[in-house]
Amino acid sequence: MSFISVFDVLGPNMIGPSSSHTAGAAVIAGLARKLLAPPLARVDFTLYGSFSKTYHGHGTDRALLGGILGFATDDARIRDSFQIAGERGLAFSFTANETETELHPNTVDIRMENAAGRVMTVRGVSLGGGKVKIIRINGVKVDFTGEYSAVIVVHRDTPGVVAHITRVLSDHNVNIAFMRLFRESKGHTAYSIIESDGSLPDGISGQLMGNPNIQDVMLVQS
Amino acid sequence: MDFKNGKELLELCQREGLPISQVMRRRECVLGETTADEVERRMTRALEIMRSSAMEPLKNPHRSMGGLIGGEAKRLAAHTAKKRDICGPVLQRAITYAMAVLETNASMGLIVAAPTAGSSGVVPALLLALQEEYHISDQRLLDGLFNAGAVGYLAMRNATVAGAVGGCQAEVGIAAAMAASAAVELMGGEPDQCLAAASTVLMNMLGLVCDPVGGLVEYPCQSRNAAGVANALVAAELALSGVPQLIPFDEMLSAMYNVGRRLPVELRETALGGCAATPAACQRCGGCG
Repeated sequence: MSFISVFDVLGPNMIGPSSSHTAGAAVIAGLARKLLAPPLARVDFTLYGSFSKTYHGHGTDRALLGGILGFATDDARIRDSFQIAGERGLAFSFTANETETELHPNTVDIRMENAAGRVMTVRGVSLGGGKVKIIRINGVKVDFTGEYSAVIVVHRDTPGVVAHITRVLSDHNVNIAFMRLFRESKGHTAYSIIESDGSLPDGISGQLMGNPNIQDVMLVQS
Repeated sequence: MDFKNGKELLELCQREGLPISQVMRRRECVLGETTADEVERRMTRALEIMRSSAMEPLKNPHRSMGGLIGGEAKRLAAHTAKKRDICGPVLQRAITYAMAVLETNASMGLIVAAPTAGSSGVVPALLLALQEEYHISDQRLLDGLFNAGAVGYLAMRNATVAGAVGGCQAEVGIAAAMAASAAVELMGGEPDQCLAAASTVLMNMLGLVCDPVGGLVEYPCQSRNAAGVANALVAAELALSGVPQLIPFDEMLSAMYNVGRRLPVELRETALGGCAATPAACQRCGGCG
């Protein structure tokens, strides 16, 4: 059983009203924004389940947008995120999807487009108490929480890539806590997610990109 | 310095000659791999947030996001100012602060989940009310928070604090158990009396369902936080006066968890039963599409 801190009991410090529907929503969007190079031009949210029914009264919409803007769960600017997004030239929309009911009740799809025209979609679920999980990136099933620092490597599903990744991490003395590979189908695009204790050295991105089969590298520091 | 249940916590307190708050502080430093200064700094910040979330609505009432609540704390304070209150100073202040914190929460203000956002009013309300009446220092209030944290940790570890799993008894019930235990330590009680008070709260709030109108953390949540703090005071008073509690905390926590899991899904945060399904609530909410 993982350690339960006194600050897991008396915490998180958060903008209300709900740890799952407000704080968790900000955390999901905060993770999503780290997956695409800034600045963002547009973000579209699709809300499912309980999120789709109660998002206004829980401020889920403001919290999601606040997370995209980089606000932490205890940042009072979450309340004014619509206005702040407008000032920063970030376009946004919210769609409630009440027909898809097979998903976790607190699920959101986030479609982001940056100024360079790159698009990325992320699906996150809010598990309660501010804990969250990212379960899809660009339609591929993945699984990470943001509680550990993570490097996400997008690559061709071909021999030698994982060996390259572990060699680079070893060169930088990174201790791997968890490592998993997710793929669309054999030989196509794969996502390797490596989680580590402590923060990851920024230098690893460039070195990882040195392998021609690696298409993209994202660092999500805890 | 770790403990898995109330029995082990009391044995640790006995063996080390320490109150619950000190055992919890040491546990945090050792298992959290952090320093005593850092732990105090973070808890001091939590107390600051708790205080401002309890005081702000008295000056500036806010309508909630869902529109079901707002202004209740100021109303209670005005009632007291006219000397028309019937609860006496500690309970009167406590229910006012509990209502205030939930108003802050429901209007997207900054709060400390304790243990959840929907039950965040109980612990700060009782501690702040005791501080004002008995002139307790902030340093002592931090002791109260660590004590409350120990009870909440046991609930998270061995049961649940999620309304969706165990009903309101697991949210406001646990918050009130935490507050009662903290109050007993602050007022000079022994560790076993702290856990007796926590057990009494769970006994007295056993079976309370989670039935938020419109699915929002507003109503009846706010009023239930006030009721939770009253339950905490009752239990603390019983424990401090030496009234024995037959059922140990661990057994009561387990009973609460078992009752919670047997609650039908309509009464576990789905807004399909209880208060949420009354005609008046449905008319006000206009929700289910």
